[in-house]
Amino acid sequence: MPEPGRKVRPRRRPSRLRRSEARAGYLFIAPWCIGLLIFTVISMSWSLVLSFQHYDVASGTGTPAGLDNYRLLASDPTVGKSLGNTLFYAVLAVPLDILLALLLACLLNGIGRGSGLFRTLFYLPKMTPTVATASVFLLLLNGNSGAINTVLRLFGINGPQWLADPNWMKPSIVVMTLWSVGGSTIILLAALQNVPREYYEAAATDGASPAQQFLRITVPLVSPTLFFLTIVNTIAALQVFDQSYLLFYRDGNASVPDAARFYGVYLYQQAFEQFNFGRAAAMAWLLFVIILVITAIQMRVSRRMVFYEGGDR
Amino acid sequence: MSAQPEPVVPQRTPYGGGAAAPTSAQELLGGRQRMVAEQPANPAALALPGRSRRPLRHLGAAVRWALVLFFSALFLYPFAWLLAASLKPRGQVFDNRLIPKTFSPQNYSLVWHELPLGNWMLNSIFIALASAVLVTISSSLVAFGFAYFRFPGRGALFSVLLATMMLPGAVTLVPNYLIWKNLGWLGTNVPLWGGSLFGSAFYIFLMRQFFMTLPRDLFEAARMDGCSAFGLFWRIAFPLSRSSAIIVFMFEFQAAWNNFTGALIYLNSGDPTSYTVPLGISHAMTMYSPTAGGHGDYQYVMVASLLVTLPMLVIFVLGQRHFIAGVTTGSSR
Repeated sequence: MPEPGRKVRPRRRPSRLRRSEARAGYLFIAPWCIGLLIFTVISMSWSLVLSFQHYDVASGTGTPAGLDNYRLLASDPTVGKSLGNTLFYAVLAVPLDILLALLLACLLNGIGRGSGLFRTLFYLPKMTPTVATASVFLLLLNGNSGAINTVLRLFGINGPQWLADPNWMKPSIVVMTLWSVGGSTIILLAALQNVPREYYEAAATDGASPAQQFLRITVPLVSPTLFFLTIVNTIAALQVFDQSYLLFYRDGNASVPDAARFYGVYLYQQAFEQFNFGRAAAMAWLLFVIILVITAIQMRVSRRMVFYEGGDR
Repeated sequence: MSAQPEPVVPQRTPYGGGAAAPTSAQELLGGRQRMVAEQPANPAALALPGRSRRPLRHLGAAVRWALVLFFSALFLYPFAWLLAASLKPRGQVFDNRLIPKTFSPQNYSLVWHELPLGNWMLNSIFIALASAVLVTISSSLVAFGFAYFRFPGRGALFSVLLATMMLPGAVTLVPNYLIWKNLGWLGTNVPLWGGSLFGSAFYIFLMRQFFMTLPRDLFEAARMDGCSAFGLFWRIAFPLSRSSAIIVFMFEFQAAWNNFTGALIYLNSGDPTSYTVPLGISHAMTMYSPTAGGHGDYQYVMVASLLVTLPMLVIFVLGQRHFIAGVTTGSSR
């Protein structure tokens, strides 16, 4: 009889301790749980409900709208146009940013001493508030008096009307985005610095050219970082808002062409200029699905292309 | 700091001093083998190409340095342009001179009367400080909860937390606006820092990474001495996490300081004195534009742009070690 009693006791004490530990744990993570509930669970559910409603902002009430908002997505030509603009921008900006970052990171990695100073210089644009960047680039990109076209003229090139020509409005934003390529650069530089020097020495003794070393050693070993940057930069590019809004749609001037009206800008205009909250919610869900699909495709493709070290360690 | 010597001790004690000798001898042997293997390869294979490669290598270094300097100039030019433009009188702002033809330093004193820049600065400082302080404390609390305490559902909840990092912000833009509206905080700056009370997924992840490196014994000992669960965090874990907490603080300060979209959504309809600096500059850009009836006083926009940028540059130069540590942690996830 005393035997089972003894057995139970040592079990019970840790369980009480464990319960108090669990309680403390829940208390500690409570702030995040509350935030998750309000700003993710409730928010996303509300967004879904809104997308099936006509929402009246003044009274704060919604009336059922069935699939109206989603049907409008298909019939409103600006939705398709802005989606096309956004994809065009992403396809242009994401690879250019990563390629330029890779070039800059290799340069910094190659100069050895002094790279710290230049790493700082390259990163400074990334620290600059977008508003300040836009106010400067608005004038640098000016087709007539801007510094960019002035320099191009020195080489005999007649620069485009960056901000006025619909064909050059998206590239203008790409140029502005590329100025802050330093963000991707320092991430890639950290990855490059983790590649063991012996690999290059071994390859050099085997007679591998610098180009071969780059393609066979550098690229595979930093491919997880390249993959990370592709995913993160794509998600950011699909939501781009600030740059386009500040350069083109800030003053609500209706005569500005649609060429740089990105999906994020149109979503903002639908919600906070037109107060079509239901339609904006439907647009947001469409964007969410598009981002999910694109990310899933990138992950699928990456399985074949990304090299993960660690099997041998 | 105290985490590093800790794992070394249990490794040494079971084997005693005697076992240390063979391991170091093996290392020595390994090192010698490597040297032996390299020696015959060096003179034979490298001597000949070495001579022909040397000038090439110098050329490569020269090209590399030239490119680095070229890109540095490219990245610095807009800053120099901004500084120069902020010192020019009205008619010369667009002349692209890096040294103004006419110096107009009075822009820096006039701007405070031309625009409510003082109000904007105070608003921005308040919002950035409130966000950064609150998010650092709340994220650390939650991170310590995930790192130290064992409770049912911990793994699953942490997976949810990681998943929310991938959630695009545009999706919750509209409903979040309605939530703040229903709470009655529209037209105040509460929506711009209130979310910081609940921690932020990336910062929680970052702080948890650090807390996981702290040895459990440290806390068990304090617990024996009657330290409360909150005391474990506030008196032991949080003070030790200073370098990670600085990363979180600086990241959030920058994000809140630069936040344009949030200010546009929550403050745009209010009084201009309630704007943050980024929102104010955006309005000034429109206000001075001749198409909107302005006189083209863009020099004030340039002064304000410079003043909103400067604190960020100073913060980065002072704390770049922390910034780079934070940025690279994010990517090695």
